[in-house]
Amino acid sequence: MKKGEIALNGVLKENPVFVLALGTCPTLAVTTSLSNALGMGIAAAFVLICSNTVISILKKLIPDSIRIPFCIVIIAGFVTAVEMIMQAYVPALYEALGIYIPLIVVNCIILGKAEMFALKNSVFDSFTDGVFSGLGFIIALALMGAVREILGNGSILGYDIGTPAIKIFAEVPGGFLVYGIIAALTGMLNRCYGCRRCTKGE
Amino acid sequence: MAKEIIGILITGILVENYILARFLGICPFIGVSKDLRSASGMGIAVTVVMLIATAFTWPIQTYILKALELEYLQTIVFILVIASLVQLTEAIIKRYFPPLYKSLGVYLPLITTNCAVLGVTLLNFTKEYNYLYSLVNAFAAGMGFLLAMTLFAGVRSRIEESKVPKRFRGMPITFVAASIVSMSFMGFAGIV
Repeated sequence: MKKGEIALNGVLKENPVFVLALGTCPTLAVTTSLSNALGMGIAAAFVLICSNTVISILKKLIPDSIRIPFCIVIIAGFVTAVEMIMQAYVPALYEALGIYIPLIVVNCIILGKAEMFALKNSVFDSFTDGVFSGLGFIIALALMGAVREILGNGSILGYDIGTPAIKIFAEVPGGFLVYGIIAALTGMLNRCYGCRRCTKGE
Repeated sequence: MAKEIIGILITGILVENYILARFLGICPFIGVSKDLRSASGMGIAVTVVMLIATAFTWPIQTYILKALELEYLQTIVFILVIASLVQLTEAIIKRYFPPLYKSLGVYLPLITTNCAVLGVTLLNFTKEYNYLYSLVNAFAAGMGFLLAMTLFAGVRSRIEESKVPKRFRGMPITFVAASIVSMSFMGFAGIV
C-alpha cells in the first residue's frame, strides 16, 4: 500500500472519529477544553502506535482463535504504562481525564486497527497507519475541543478571548451536537475531494 | 440502607445516565438503536454483562489485587474478565436465543469494548461502593443504558420517516438527535 494513501486515509478519508464513528466515547467526554482534548489524543495515539507496531511484529505467533484477547492484553499493557507516566508527570491532566484514561483500552479505534490493519500488514505499514490514524484522532479531538471551548467557555487553551460563553456547548448536549455537525462537514469535504479526483480522470 | 440503594438507582438510571450524561457506551447506542427489538436486546445483554462483571471484578480487586498490592494490574485484569464473560454470554445467547443473536450481529462481541461495562467496574472503586452497592450500581447503569437505548430507538424510527438534509443523513443526524435527547436528561441533574 502506498504510504501517501495510508496517510490520507488515516487523517481524512477514513478519519477514525468523524467517518468511521469509532472511539466516540472519549471524543465526546473529554473535549470540553482544548488542553484536555490534546492530552487524551496524544495518550491514545501513543497507545495506538505502540500496539499497532507490536501486534504486527507478533502477528505470525498469534493463534487466530484467541487473537482478540491477545490484542487486548497488549493494548491494556501500554495503557497501564501511559496511565503511570501521566500520573507521575502530568498529575493535573491525569485528574481531569480520570476514568477515561483506563478506558483507552476499550477505545474501538485501537482494537479496530489491530484487527483490520496490524494483523494483516507489514510492520512498517502498521507503524505508519498507527501514526496517521493517531494523528487523525488527535486532529478530531482538538477540533472538537477547540470548538467547544470557544463556544462553551469563551476561551482557548484557558485564555479568555472575550466571546460570549454559551454554557450548553461545554455540557453533554453540546458534545453530541458539535460531533454531528463536524461529521456532516467531514462528509462534505470528502465528497469535494472525491469529485476533484473524478474530474482529473484518475 | 434502602435510602442509599434508591439513591444509587436514581443516580445511575437518570441523573448520571451512562450514555446521556457520562458518554459511556456510545458505539452500541449509535450502532444498534435502529429498531426497538435489537435495542432492548442489546440493553438487556449489557445489563447482564455489567452485573456479572461487577460480581467478579469487585472481589478480585478487593481480595486479590489489593491484598497483593498489584492494583496497577487493574485495567488488564478487568478487561480480561469482561472479555471472557462476553464470550460466555455470546455462547449462551447463540444457543438459546438464535433470533436475538442474529439481530445483534457484530455488536455482541463488541460488548467487550463497550466502555460502559469497563466504566461501571472501574467507577465502583472510584466511588468506593461496597459489594452490595456496587451490584446495585451495575444494575442501575444497565437499566439506564436500556432506557436510553429504547428511548432513542423511538427517536430513530421517526428520523427514518422524515426528510433529512443530504449530508446529515445517517450518522450525523443521529448525533444531533442524541444531543436533543440528552438535553432532556439534563433536567434530572440535582435530583439526588
